[in-house]
Amino acid sequence: MNLTTLIAKRLLIGLGILFVVSLLVFVGTEILPGDVANAILGQGATPELLANVRERLGLNDPAHIRYFRWLASMLTGDFGTSLVNGRPIAEQLGERVYNTALLAGTTAAIAVPLAVCLGLICALKPNGPVDRVISTVSLTLISVPDFLVGIVLVSIFAVTLGWLPAIANLRPGADFITIARVLVLPVTALVFTVLAHMVRMTRTSILGVLASPATEMAILKGIPRTRILLVHALPNAIAPIINVIALNMAYLISGIVVIETMFNFSGLGRLAVQAVATRDIPVVQLTAMIFCTVYVLLNLLADIVSIAANPRLRYPK
Amino acid sequence: MSNAEPAGLRRLASELTPTAIVCLTIIALAAFIAIFAPAIAPYDEGTILTNESFASPGNGMLLGSDYLGRDIASRLGFGIRTTLSVALAISVIAFLIGSAFGFFAAIMGGWTDTVVSRTVDALISFPAIMIALIVVSSLGSSFLVLIVTVAVIDSTRVYRVARALGMDIVVQDYIEAARVRGEGTGWIIWHELLPNALGPLAAEFGIRFTYAILFVSALSFLGLGVQPPHSDLGLMVKENMQGLLYGSFSPLYPALAIAMVTVSTNILVDWYLKSTDANLPEEL
Repeated sequence: MNLTTLIAKRLLIGLGILFVVSLLVFVGTEILPGDVANAILGQGATPELLANVRERLGLNDPAHIRYFRWLASMLTGDFGTSLVNGRPIAEQLGERVYNTALLAGTTAAIAVPLAVCLGLICALKPNGPVDRVISTVSLTLISVPDFLVGIVLVSIFAVTLGWLPAIANLRPGADFITIARVLVLPVTALVFTVLAHMVRMTRTSILGVLASPATEMAILKGIPRTRILLVHALPNAIAPIINVIALNMAYLISGIVVIETMFNFSGLGRLAVQAVATRDIPVVQLTAMIFCTVYVLLNLLADIVSIAANPRLRYPK
Repeated sequence: MSNAEPAGLRRLASELTPTAIVCLTIIALAAFIAIFAPAIAPYDEGTILTNESFASPGNGMLLGSDYLGRDIASRLGFGIRTTLSVALAISVIAFLIGSAFGFFAAIMGGWTDTVVSRTVDALISFPAIMIALIVVSSLGSSFLVLIVTVAVIDSTRVYRVARALGMDIVVQDYIEAARVRGEGTGWIIWHELLPNALGPLAAEFGIRFTYAILFVSALSFLGLGVQPPHSDLGLMVKENMQGLLYGSFSPLYPALAIAMVTVSTNILVDWYLKSTDANLPEEL
């Protein structure tokens, strides 16, 4: 099978997954008890009012028709109105998406290269003192709740030293210095939450490649270990490392939700949490779809890069 | 099989490292607090003792008061009780579901395996936190919703581990022999698969327990998990976050309590895997 067909096939599978995801999001939020009409009217719901609202929103149509209408309107960029403030969701979405993308992007830009470097350093001398320290610290960081790192950072740098703001209030049109100051603490907290997994998994994949006969051959030829690591092992470990990075985006997503809430950061994650708390169903559906789509796309990208990097994956068993 | 277990435990005990002993002690202490919280806590979790928010330690309050003027030390005890019991319930249920389906898929193979595995794949294609948010948004948060939701999310990972372990065992000769003898699927799972997969599964249980603690705490921290007036470690962090700005360390205590239990559990799992030479199937 050549590369293009294989990638096309993956893309189709990805589309299929997204379809299933949208179906599950819809079923999860609409079929379960307590429909949107109830949520809008709340305590003041009389049967007549309920019937009225249901008619207006088209809730009396069969579920599959509502699903396809919802899907079609989302695909055409019509995100509906928030139940809480009655305004179009699209209005506040742009800023939120931008803020979260900024937070996640900065985190990834710092965490990914750092994690690969630390993983390589560990693999250079497995079970040596440096590896032990990094491995122990990363195991500890994995086991610690996301908000603990945030609390420690806030109490040191915002409360005790007063260097940085404890609340990350990102106003539109803020200058670079302000944005940078606001982002330092949330980004640092997020880097800590995703870094540890990536370091450990990078170390494991590199050590896996180092155990191969090809590496043994290189050692026997007398090539220095650093060169083996960078020239022989790293290229072969790229596929698993990219997989690791994609997998860790899941941690990044849950981390983002927690850290945004902690720092009152006006992003997509906090929007999702607020929507769940106020039962703003259209906003929950939209934010869940955005997060899930990004997640599925990242995994798809990782799949495709792995296939491109490792010819053996082109011929599935 | 039954003769081997005490010897295994004894061998394990002989390999205790100082770190492992410290971790075991911390977990035992946490378990003790969780079980006896109502007896040893000086006050009830909901009693408001002072008008002062974030009072400093003293006046019979070991760690001071929280944002409502309740005793932090007592709430910490009850919080450990809630968090640990919810997490334990989640891990046990996740294990029952996950390993039953995992072994079943491994032994049946064919289309049974395909159907169950694809269903699990569908669940895994969601970020876990999004599943929780969707369920809580439509059902609201109660102990039942929380436990069942997180247990189902968690069981997908148990399923993958159990299936991978089962796959390795199913091809062994003694399974063939049992099948030829005419043993049923249930018998083979219970008498052949389970005992042989028990070591790695025990390690996986530790990992899932940690994950459950962290996940429930994160949800409670977001206000979507355990609801007030119950005391939960994640909820305590959320409630007392503002205290940080007044120079109180109140949110730090529950967060540290979580970290101590989870870090100890993970270090123990690591030690257990090393000293038994057991290996978990790679989760890639």
